[in-house]
Amino acid sequence: MDKFKSDGRLERVLRSGRFAVTAELNPPDSADPQEVYDAAMTLSSVVDAINATDASGANCHMSSVAICALLTRAGYAPVYQVSCRDRNRIAIQGDILGAAAMGVSNLLCLTGDDVTAGDQPQARRVFDFDSIQLLRTAKIMRDDGLLLSGRKLTVPPRLFLGAAANPFVPPYEWRPMRLAKKVEAGADFIQTQYCFDIPRFRDYMARVRDLGLDKEVFILVGVGPLRSDKAAEFMRTKVPGVIIPDAIVDRLRKTPNERKREEGKRICSEIIQQVREIDGISGVHVMAYRQEELVAEIIEEAGLLPRPKRSGGPEVIADKRSRRREGADQ
Amino acid sequence: MSLGSWLRDRPHWLERAFQGAHQSILWLKPLFVKIGYRRSERWLHPFEAASKGVIFDCRMCGQCILHSTGMTCPMTCPKKLRNGPCGGVRANGHCEVDPEMKCVWVEATKRASRMPLYGEEIMLIQPPVNRLLKGSSAWINMMNGKDAELPPAWKSGKSAANTGYEQAANG
Repeated sequence: MDKFKSDGRLERVLRSGRFAVTAELNPPDSADPQEVYDAAMTLSSVVDAINATDASGANCHMSSVAICALLTRAGYAPVYQVSCRDRNRIAIQGDILGAAAMGVSNLLCLTGDDVTAGDQPQARRVFDFDSIQLLRTAKIMRDDGLLLSGRKLTVPPRLFLGAAANPFVPPYEWRPMRLAKKVEAGADFIQTQYCFDIPRFRDYMARVRDLGLDKEVFILVGVGPLRSDKAAEFMRTKVPGVIIPDAIVDRLRKTPNERKREEGKRICSEIIQQVREIDGISGVHVMAYRQEELVAEIIEEAGLLPRPKRSGGPEVIADKRSRRREGADQ
Repeated sequence: MSLGSWLRDRPHWLERAFQGAHQSILWLKPLFVKIGYRRSERWLHPFEAASKGVIFDCRMCGQCILHSTGMTCPMTCPKKLRNGPCGGVRANGHCEVDPEMKCVWVEATKRASRMPLYGEEIMLIQPPVNRLLKGSSAWINMMNGKDAELPPAWKSGKSAANTGYEQAANG
């Protein structure tokens, strides 16, 4: 990890040894770019990069490549998420070039939740690549300046390559090996699934350190606030790969209704404190589904502010929510 | 329990059988060349489809990597993943897509750990699938080298095709 692979802020922050913070932007069901800007503005001052999700949970929203285009246009630093579920290798390689051309510096390579988890389960699933093949292909494009076909790229994309990890689901003992394969395939950074099970994560990281992987890849731990015990119950039964221990759900259940949201936020801050103490962790990735306004508070309470200054900050695009509402009334 | 699942839970037998079959296929190669691959495929194909179908629920992808995936067919995974489990596996070890089905990769990793000959190969990075080979005989493709053809820019080394394991073990 000596040479910079991208021109992005996330790589700079991580390589400087600072604890990085990324967060997920909830993609709008809208053709209005302002909704993306509004969401980005609540996140931008407290994070180093903003993840643009690719129809996560197989629910259709504005596409991740378009959100990235809007974000880079406004000067933000997005992480372009690509899932293997919806597009084949031809589309994916083309989109990677397009995203890089629009100033995207970070790519997160995902397998993708299955179509059956989403709002259109009748759809065809693609999975032409798996996440490791996608990761390796992106690395070939960046380092060798080639498409998979062997055709030469006049200018290769400069990308910081990411992958996901889920230490919280079986086969537990093989999860560190899966990480090793992703590092071998080309991962520069990792963003994990929601971490609610600290003992399990500690065991995982111990094995990861034994394998020396924490020295080869930056690991950002996925965290997020739970709105209530019902929300927690929904997430752990309906969202693939999310494990929430009973203790956390019970804690929320015993909290009076009006304080549940606050308690969920507190649990999240506690988890951030706990994972920061684990060796080999380089940052956190906050996923606050439909609670973006909480991200700033969580990051502040966790003592992670101020974020390293960005060079030439983004143009502030004024909040035009009122205008949109007026439009909707007509 | 079906014959297939009974056998799949004895991966150390199956990998021996694979080793034997692999060697005899290479040994018989001159014969197949003489007959011609196309003509051989005509009678070999139904035999391969039936036998691997019963034992592995084979989907005839035409580029068999069973010995690198714990003698468990990765194409039976609903997402057709060839490099390991996705992040959607349920807490009970069942599949994200089909809650009734055990995760193919939970089985594959468990079985690979009981395979002294080829168990380590589960760490190889498998290249993207060549969809042109779907429905053809993997045995013939192994003899004529079609299953080892990689996308031109794909890096060899540790990311070996199914026949490249020796190279990976040495490198």
